[in-house]
Amino acid sequence: MNNFSYLNDFIIPGSIIIAQILAVLMPVLISVAFLVYAERKVLALIQLRRGPNVVGPFGILQSFADALKLLTKENIVPANSNKIVFLLAPIITMVLSLAGWAVIPFAPNWVIADINVGIMYLFAVSSLGVYGIIMAGWASNSQYPFLGALRSAAQMVSYEVSIGFVIITVLLCVGSLNLTKIVEAQATVWFAIPLLPMFVVFFISALAETNRLPFDLPEDESTLVAGFFTEYSSASFVLFFLGEYASMILMSSMTVILFMGGWLPPFDIYPLNAIPGVIWFVIKIIFILFLFIWVRGTFPRYRYDQLMRLGWKIFLPLSLLWVVLTAGFLIVFDMVPNSL
Amino acid sequence: MYLYSITFYIFSLVAVLSALMVISARNPVHSVLFLILSFVNASGLFVLLGAEFLAMILVVVYVGAVAVLFLFVVMMLDINFVKLREGFLQYLPFGALLGIVLIIELGILFLTKSFSKNSLNKFVSSPQINEIENTKLIGQVLYTDYFYLFQISGLILLVAMIGSITLTLRDRGQVKRQNISSQNYIDANKAIEKKKVKLGEGI
Repeated sequence: MNNFSYLNDFIIPGSIIIAQILAVLMPVLISVAFLVYAERKVLALIQLRRGPNVVGPFGILQSFADALKLLTKENIVPANSNKIVFLLAPIITMVLSLAGWAVIPFAPNWVIADINVGIMYLFAVSSLGVYGIIMAGWASNSQYPFLGALRSAAQMVSYEVSIGFVIITVLLCVGSLNLTKIVEAQATVWFAIPLLPMFVVFFISALAETNRLPFDLPEDESTLVAGFFTEYSSASFVLFFLGEYASMILMSSMTVILFMGGWLPPFDIYPLNAIPGVIWFVIKIIFILFLFIWVRGTFPRYRYDQLMRLGWKIFLPLSLLWVVLTAGFLIVFDMVPNSL
Repeated sequence: MYLYSITFYIFSLVAVLSALMVISARNPVHSVLFLILSFVNASGLFVLLGAEFLAMILVVVYVGAVAVLFLFVVMMLDINFVKLREGFLQYLPFGALLGIVLIIELGILFLTKSFSKNSLNKFVSSPQINEIENTKLIGQVLYTDYFYLFQISGLILLVAMIGSITLTLRDRGQVKRQNISSQNYIDANKAIEKKKVKLGEGI
């Protein structure tokens, strides 16, 4: 009797949760491998090269070969580094980039934790991402990583401010912090259309938040060697790499949920709404990821003062103005959602 | 219920231990990292209480912004660890006194019977908890009952911000600034001047 209650109370729900987590994380990790391949291939096409084409058909297994190579190398810990923090930093980066997936709704009811404050959770997790970088830069006890860490700390804190205001603008139109409700509110029109400037601001801030070109000052290879992960090798380097790309996918799924209607088809008509929601969701994520790579292939890197100017003097006033404008518009035309 | 209490004890144990490590760690950067761990665990306790909005705000504001700047400053400062320890015995009595006063005050609060739910309700307008999600609840209370206090706290923050800017803003003499719009409107005619140079004369 007692054994049965344990089985029903803990073991079965626990194993269901673990199965759900694995069902989300395995595709994410595998898609990271293919994202790296896609990035190299797209960049190669932009630069009129052929890109990886040796391992597997069309070089599609290149990332797996790279991962295997990196994992079999020696893990070097610098003698003067702060060893515990040094090894903790890549783990934190990796864990945080995977933790956000807990609240992402892939399709109606396809979500591990459907919490009331889903968007706040995502914002919190993405704002913690800076710690992995700061800890790595400090613990390496070397000049270039430290400079990279300082740059990234200032950069991520600055762009979080405008991301916060963009999220508030969307929330004003939804009236809830739940991610599923945010998607459902876009059934008539995606927020990318009425809030187009905010969509652009959010996308550019997402580039800065994930340290992607043209804002990859923290790992600026032409001045800082490799920035905050200069001293990392082997498995800890792989963790940083995986974490960076997983958080890229996380930020693009956040963009899709906030502005491009999540799992909803573009128009609610027959051949389009017959396709399952999760496929729409993945197609939209792939589109945003392509934009990430496209931007990397086309734009030169920003200078640091230009980066700060863009964040504080352009995005912050613009997003603040749009919060006020949206709120005013909703009040004047009596369109405030679930007013009390 | 087992699971609830186990999670509670894990969160509170880690929070208390890391708070102890904040004041006892030798390296100030480690102190700040333990402070962050303690914040995260406190937000876990908020989640257990059902106050998920407060939990997330705690992470976003304290861990995501304030502690980053803390860490930033502590990392940048060249701190002499030996000097930092020098005044320990000198300040010990004062610190102990503060701690004792705090414990006595908390004890008085908990021991007197006035600290019960009913007496608190006299001062605090409490909406129906458990029926509305707590984000909405905080909004209702904060922007109706405490509207003026909210505005005043905003003004205080503004004054603090202006104060810190006036303290740090100084005229640094020759600082080169870029005028972005004038740079964007540069064209070939303005940037390049064509001159016909006669052979053998130069400009």
